[in-house]
Amino acid sequence: MSVSTPSTATLTATVECPECAVGVALNDVLANEIVQCEDCGVDLEVITLDPPAVELAPEEEEDWGE
Amino acid sequence: MRIGILHSRIRAEEKLLLQALNDRGLEIERLDDRRLIFEISNGQAAEAYQHLDVVLERSINHSRALYTLRILNNLGIPTVNTADVADVCGNKLLTTNALTAASVPTPVTRVAYTPESALQAIEEMGYPVVLKPAVGSWGRLLSKINDRDAAEAVLEHKEILGTYHHSIFYIQEYVDKPERDIRAFVVGDETIAAIYRTSPHWITNTSRGGQSSNCPVTPELNDLCVRAAQAVGGGIVAIDVVEDRHRGPLVLEVNYTMEFRNSIEPTGVDIPGCMADYVAAVGRARRDLDRAA
Repeated sequence: MSVSTPSTATLTATVECPECAVGVALNDVLANEIVQCEDCGVDLEVITLDPPAVELAPEEEEDWGE
Repeated sequence: MRIGILHSRIRAEEKLLLQALNDRGLEIERLDDRRLIFEISNGQAAEAYQHLDVVLERSINHSRALYTLRILNNLGIPTVNTADVADVCGNKLLTTNALTAASVPTPVTRVAYTPESALQAIEEMGYPVVLKPAVGSWGRLLSKINDRDAAEAVLEHKEILGTYHHSIFYIQEYVDKPERDIRAFVVGDETIAAIYRTSPHWITNTSRGGQSSNCPVTPELNDLCVRAAQAVGGGIVAIDVVEDRHRGPLVLEVNYTMEFRNSIEPTGVDIPGCMADYVAAVGRARRDLDRAA
């Protein structure tokens, strides 16, 4: 059914990149926002704001786009 | 007013839209398509979503967007865009059909269902042609075919390696454009901004490295793009236009979940702000209708 997330809450923190283990700075990010690890370049998705957590963003699928 | 925003990942566009909606004091409910469950065999889905005045669709998956919009529209919940618009715009074949029916100029296009008939169509059209998947975005799997050898190779690969919808052969003439095309943004009945996408490569999508710069919205461009938007059902759409050296502008396709992050700076237009105003107006219209009932 309807899943509601706080819409515009943001977070500033540092998390560890799950790919290369370097610290990734999150500046004013929203839940589900995509950020890039500046060290290894992977796309990361902010999974939760509390606690701050990221995981590798989903791989592109065939029907993705505009 | 409560506005639902259907999304998967929050890209730059969604962040800007959330900000614009928030700036207007609108109550926002985020609907993450990866977590949604719809009970569609009884009235539960209706109860769960009736409190939303309007839903702005920003899914990255075409199929999820299309089905969710269809469910919401069937419940009587207004969406931007509608399921019908997503259905047409998500399929190049249906888009060309709709544009042609509305007399919007578009490149010569043929459809065939077997490699043999596709090859015949290509030979009759003459080279080069562009073979496109009917469903797909970001310039993926487009093939510019310059001769018969390439045609035979690509058609065989598509037949053997592709899923069934790769055997719907959508064949378009290659428009010899001036190393650029136009991406125009239509909100309601107005073309609010446009950019040139410039690239020495024949695929000019900014997701593929095309550079964006401002394109003046002339009355002619506005008229063409608004007509294209109306042909697919209207709402908030982005129109891709190519400039043929002889025939003038031709509409290539219409995008229903438009990306605009690279277009705000060159055009100076507050695209997310205009979108938020339009979505709020659709929500207000629904409220007024409910009150009158």
